[in-house]
Amino acid sequence: MKPLIRAKGITFGYTDKPVLRNIDFTIAEGEIVTLLGPNGCGKSTLIKIMLGLLRPGKGTVFFNGTDIAHVTAKSLAREIAYVPQIHKSSFPYAVIDVVLMGRIPHKTFFFRYSKEDMDIACDALERLSIPHLAERPYTDISGGERQLTLIARALAQGARTFIMDEPASGLDYGNQLRLLEQIINLSREGYTFIKSTHSPEHALWIADRAIMIKGGVIVADGACDDVISNERLFHLYNARVSVMKLNGSLRVCVPESICGCMAFGATG
Amino acid sequence: MFLLLLVTAIISLTLGKYPVPLQDTARYFLFRIFGVGNISPEYYQILGNLLVDIRMPRILAAILIGASLSVSGAAFQAMFVNPLVSPGLLGVLAGASFGAALGMVFSKTWLAVQACSFLFGFAAVLIAVGIAKMHKGNTILLLVLGGVISGALFTSLLSIIKYIADPYNQLPAIVQWLMGGLSLVDRSTIFAVGVPQVVSIIMIILFSGYLNALSMGDEEARALGIPVEWVRMLLIFLATVMSALTVVVAGMIGWVGLIIPHVARMLVGPNNKVLIPASALIGAIYLVVVDDVSRLLFNVEIPIGITTSLIGIPFFAFILKKAKRGWN
Repeated sequence: MKPLIRAKGITFGYTDKPVLRNIDFTIAEGEIVTLLGPNGCGKSTLIKIMLGLLRPGKGTVFFNGTDIAHVTAKSLAREIAYVPQIHKSSFPYAVIDVVLMGRIPHKTFFFRYSKEDMDIACDALERLSIPHLAERPYTDISGGERQLTLIARALAQGARTFIMDEPASGLDYGNQLRLLEQIINLSREGYTFIKSTHSPEHALWIADRAIMIKGGVIVADGACDDVISNERLFHLYNARVSVMKLNGSLRVCVPESICGCMAFGATG
Repeated sequence: MFLLLLVTAIISLTLGKYPVPLQDTARYFLFRIFGVGNISPEYYQILGNLLVDIRMPRILAAILIGASLSVSGAAFQAMFVNPLVSPGLLGVLAGASFGAALGMVFSKTWLAVQACSFLFGFAAVLIAVGIAKMHKGNTILLLVLGGVISGALFTSLLSIIKYIADPYNQLPAIVQWLMGGLSLVDRSTIFAVGVPQVVSIIMIILFSGYLNALSMGDEEARALGIPVEWVRMLLIFLATVMSALTVVVAGMIGWVGLIIPHVARMLVGPNNKVLIPASALIGAIYLVVVDDVSRLLFNVEIPIGITTSLIGIPFFAFILKKAKRGWN
């Protein structure tokens, strides 16, 4: 497959102390890649560097072979869309106005949204099955709906690569599952996803590949089924977890400590 | 809404110590512009003096100032992702007030006072931006802190000027200036100040599509392809020009820049593409009306800064309840 994003020797620190050291990886078109790692391991920083929001101290990020430091924010935005963690806007913009923001990279300075932009935005809402939300205030809809709105904005942006920072955080269980479904659907259409998560199961369920980061370095990188193991999860999160295979192909994580307590409670 | 502004302006022309009936106003302008109708020369003279030399510049000033403060307020609220922000956030009003007071104490000419006021308004914002640039980190937060520092600095400098000013002539002039007033407005000032203000308002309206994205935070705005630093500095520059010029013309006029964007948001919604032009019009109407109240309510004219606050505060308290829903 065609390599899309390549990080080469990325080192970065907000102060003298490096947050990321010597990060190297290549992501192919159409992959779903999950970044796993404990709090403060540098996942969010890496995401910001891939988006060009932070300049790495050393190293380069290439998109389609071009160093993103040499690309304007506008042209990068046509290729890579950022889906942030759900947040509450300070202003109650209508959902459609939020989605229309995705058209900004296709506009010149003093722009007006055209009929075409409007159609693209409506189409994006349609694809995520939320056209009924168009006129609702963004501040009034649920967390799951807001996350879908942000994905719709990324679709309207016309980018084929989505970078998501903990997209499932703050969503209830049902909305988390619906989010994962949407990611699978879009990935089948050829979209590339890079997302961070705190839930290894989300990686096992939908991702092709997991990159594990701890202390600013990559400790494992490979197919989820190979990489996500009991030992690695213990190393990463300092928690004893069994990765189990269910009847089908689906894998789940079962925390041993809690099972242990329950077993103890039952016998005692 | 534009029509409403026009009507308000025309009605305001007729109001004053010496009320001019609407027919007479109409007759005067028909005669003056088209040469239609007939008016006795003396009455024509009086009307000309009253309407064109005194009231018109004043109403134009109110329109410009109301629009400028409201537009820069609305732009700042979006840019700083905070609906409680007002145009004075970066210290421009404090700086310009200090400049005006300094000018009144050390200079004799009115022009020098105005120039001094404008320069220090700008200097205050430069200091705020400079402080923010010195540090790495959250730019919005640093700018707000820089504004607080710069505002406090110029407020204390203003106190020094007040303290050393001659208490019989200069001090009352300074104090009255700080309360705001449109009585010193003349035609040449309006033209000098009006052009940059109108240009700035139009520029901000043209940029208003970016404001929606900027109000989602810096990172998102940049990921949407906006050169955030650049756009923000330009918007701050435009807003500073506009706000500093309002102080140059009419002293400190508070509350307009804070409440009018809220009123506009209640009427037309939060989308900045609509909100910014609406704020300009509503702000203009509001200040024309408030100036009428200032002129007419008592025998002595009340400084407009006081009237805007007195009308604005209860109004703000009232809309707070309604607006709160959209904030958190």
